[in-house]
Amino acid sequence: MRYSEQPNINYLKEIANGDDAFEAQLIGIIKREYPFEVKEFLQNFDSKNYKLAAENVHKLKHKINMFGLSKGYVIAADFEKELKASEFSKYETFKQILQTIENYIKTL
Amino acid sequence: MKSIIIDDETTARAIINKMCQDLPELEVLDEFSNAIEAIKFLNENNNTELIFLDIHMPAFSGFDFVKTLKNPPKIIITTSDKDFALTAFEYDCIVDYLVKPITQERFNKAVQKAKTTAVSKVNESNELPENDLYVNIDRRLVKINIPDIYVIEAKGDYINIKTEAKNHLVHAPLKKIAEKLPNSLFLKVHRSYIINTSKIIDIEDNSVLIKQDIIPVSRANRPELMKRLNLL
Repeated sequence: MRYSEQPNINYLKEIANGDDAFEAQLIGIIKREYPFEVKEFLQNFDSKNYKLAAENVHKLKHKINMFGLSKGYVIAADFEKELKASEFSKYETFKQILQTIENYIKTL
Repeated sequence: MKSIIIDDETTARAIINKMCQDLPELEVLDEFSNAIEAIKFLNENNNTELIFLDIHMPAFSGFDFVKTLKNPPKIIITTSDKDFALTAFEYDCIVDYLVKPITQERFNKAVQKAKTTAVSKVNESNELPENDLYVNIDRRLVKINIPDIYVIEAKGDYINIKTEAKNHLVHAPLKKIAEKLPNSLFLKVHRSYIINTSKIIDIEDNSVLIKQDIIPVSRANRPELMKRLNLL
């Protein structure tokens, strides 16, 4: 399955409500947090710690949602449930979502 | 309203904090990335009126946190999960349930709801579930199902709480845990031992056998133990 949604920062702008300093602060936090969260997920998945990987996905879900990726959020939610049952059909698509966000964050 | 924010995600805390700043009636006292730190804060600051609480946190969930509060302030759940809404509203202190990403409009509504919810309802709510006991082990509050405890042994400054599943070594005096246990089930049979009388296998002279443990029974406590038994 090819994942094709494009992220945006509409939600962050809405929350910031014209407060540019806050918007920059939030983007800074995301830029710092996101790579660690992805790395932690991949490490847990690779070492078959699926329960912990599910927790990582749960955390990443919020960021996926923040970037307006509604389909991505549904896929992540399904994948979180899959991981709890040690199933992985959504793994590749989920990785595409993570990559999409990573590419987007670099442009911010 | 004096508020605190509990969420393991920095981004989520920053967003909620910003939303609070936009409402002059809210004052954020502090924010916490885990529930344990928040419990410590609440133990020292009982003026907190409102908590923004994430459910899904490592080690100690939002619901586990709520159960530790004897007289909880009002709580607004902030979560990425829609699935726990029904569970959340079983707690009277939980006044609203916000699913992330939260909009300022929805947030404002939740705060209004918290302001208008009767305080008495909150104060009367959420007695600790009778079967749960939380003990502090290595900075974590670990839940123990009280009926699963079969013996508690005093060991110096510690007590060893033995349950069906595992043993828990806790820094506390025997007297303190005795106050938390139901008298109908537990009895101090020796200065160093409290037993769950429903778990007794047999009694011989001045000792009882519980699981594989032989527990001494002091002379002074023996009459009370015998009273508890359904003797033929």
